[in-house]
Amino acid sequence: MDPIKVLTANVDKPNSKSIETYLAGGGYESARKALGMKWEDLIQLVKDSELRGRGGAGFPTGMKWSFVPRNAPNPTYLLCNADEAEPGTFKDRVIIEKDPHLLLEGMIISGYAIGSNPMAYIYIRGEFHYGATVLVKAIEEAREKGFLGKNIFGSGFDFDITVHRGAGAYICGEETGLIESVEGHRGQPRVKPPFPAVVGVFGGPTVVNNVETLSCVPLIVKHGAEWFKSFGEPKNTGPKLYCVSGRVKKPGVYEFPMGMNLKELIYDHCGGIIGDRKLKAVIPGGASAPMLLPEEIDLKMNFDAVMKAGSMLGSAGVIVLDETVCIVDAVWRLSKFFAHESCGQCTPCREGTNWMESILNRIERGEGRQQDADLLYDITDNIGGKSLCALGDAACGPVASSVKKFRDEFQYHIDHKSCLPETKRYRSLNQPVGAH
Amino acid sequence: MADLHPDNPYAKERFADPDRKVEFPPEVKQRFEEVLTRYPNKEAALLPTLHLVQETWGWISPEAVHYVSGLLDLSPATVFGVVSFYDMYRQKPMGKYNLRVCTNLSCMVTNAYDIYEHLCEKLQVAPGEETKDGMFSVIEVECLGSCGTAPVVQVNDDYHESMSVEKMDDLLGKLK
Repeated sequence: MDPIKVLTANVDKPNSKSIETYLAGGGYESARKALGMKWEDLIQLVKDSELRGRGGAGFPTGMKWSFVPRNAPNPTYLLCNADEAEPGTFKDRVIIEKDPHLLLEGMIISGYAIGSNPMAYIYIRGEFHYGATVLVKAIEEAREKGFLGKNIFGSGFDFDITVHRGAGAYICGEETGLIESVEGHRGQPRVKPPFPAVVGVFGGPTVVNNVETLSCVPLIVKHGAEWFKSFGEPKNTGPKLYCVSGRVKKPGVYEFPMGMNLKELIYDHCGGIIGDRKLKAVIPGGASAPMLLPEEIDLKMNFDAVMKAGSMLGSAGVIVLDETVCIVDAVWRLSKFFAHESCGQCTPCREGTNWMESILNRIERGEGRQQDADLLYDITDNIGGKSLCALGDAACGPVASSVKKFRDEFQYHIDHKSCLPETKRYRSLNQPVGAH
Repeated sequence: MADLHPDNPYAKERFADPDRKVEFPPEVKQRFEEVLTRYPNKEAALLPTLHLVQETWGWISPEAVHYVSGLLDLSPATVFGVVSFYDMYRQKPMGKYNLRVCTNLSCMVTNAYDIYEHLCEKLQVAPGEETKDGMFSVIEVECLGSCGTAPVVQVNDDYHESMSVEKMDDLLGKLK
């Protein structure tokens, strides 16, 4: 399969982030067309396209929009989730930094479809300082041209966008954590129900959509639902950005129709493994996704196929690990991340993530006990499905899958008090580890 | 407040001068007023206001917490609760150049720990602390969303991608 240039059509153009470049490519025509349509038809169009959320969960976008009540007592809000913090994921940053107007146009159309109040927010992670300045500039440009503000295209629709910077918390990528953070609180997720579509930010119905999802919307309006469905297969449609990182020769963001073969992606497009070494494991959808073994990667990268293979497409952040990587060390690093990012609100996640990190660390240091692999598996069973939000389940993904698939390597650490001889030490064990 | 633990940022000992007040300079105050217009209530302006505090003074001091709580009609405890929740808000002064080294998995397997360990040793600084001359601080951070160009080091607001120990040394030489 060859790479495509649909979502990334503009990113290689000179000065791609300016409104002039975007307009020269037919920019904001979709918004003009959409604002002349009935909102019901617009939601139906997105439903027909079978667009599914690109943030990780893969929920049908049109259906999400249709849950918003039209006569709620409080105003309706559109929030763009640009809190891209899942390890292995760096696709939204490309759109934000290189083609911000595509996102803004998507937000105008989506805001109109859900009956948004005149102010929407882009929640961008605090570390993306450059991305935030690009977006602020783009919003100013769009406002000058009358694409944002009052009575856009004479339709009577008022809409404006504010860039709201986060401050370094992965949990704010969870939609209710994001809502709390926009309201000025600690980003601790809420209990659902009520779902955000009914009661979200500032008490109003709220739609939270990922950057890539919103960026698909202008393309659907421009080319139609059938065109969008021509990429991929039924229920798994559209262009998709895949991020590949780790031990490959050519890491980066690649665009393909949904359902790209994972093996082909790694070996044909990313040049294979550094030093042509042996592949050991692949994480297909960001840190939360269970690991796949080399024999499991002849796989279509879409929501349903990856789920059937026992993992998840998530944010399509592919992390490739070769034989030099110690699996215990790799999983320790991911567990350290989840322990650090657990918001501390519910007990299974707050306690469980820290215990997993400690146990993995002691195995890696050669202090593992015979029962540790079973203990880790038992902890994942006590977190999974019992935490308040999906972070607890996410933390279990790499741990449970690696204990199951690399049991021998865990046992080797415990028996020999060292890593497998072919692995490399990527950190010194006597370095103080930052507290979390 | 005297009976609080000395590590507690509200302990009186931590205030250089207990009666000292801080205030935004006029141009920052104006930006703050603009921020307020973007939200339906004052509380929602807390995160952007704290970013303004950090831009102005480099960290979020106990005095600044009290100042922000007054500006937004929130209790100091609420403001401090938010400051302490988010990693990027600094609760103590940091070096002029804050070196944030990502060591998450994609960066780790492209030798990010070599850079991190090299920096701690070369600058003789403990993680999260500043050097004696106040020029640098080094901290290990979680995924910066730049895994395709790993390893990545964020120096204050700027990303430096596809780094190595040699490139880091070159960069340190330029940061004066």
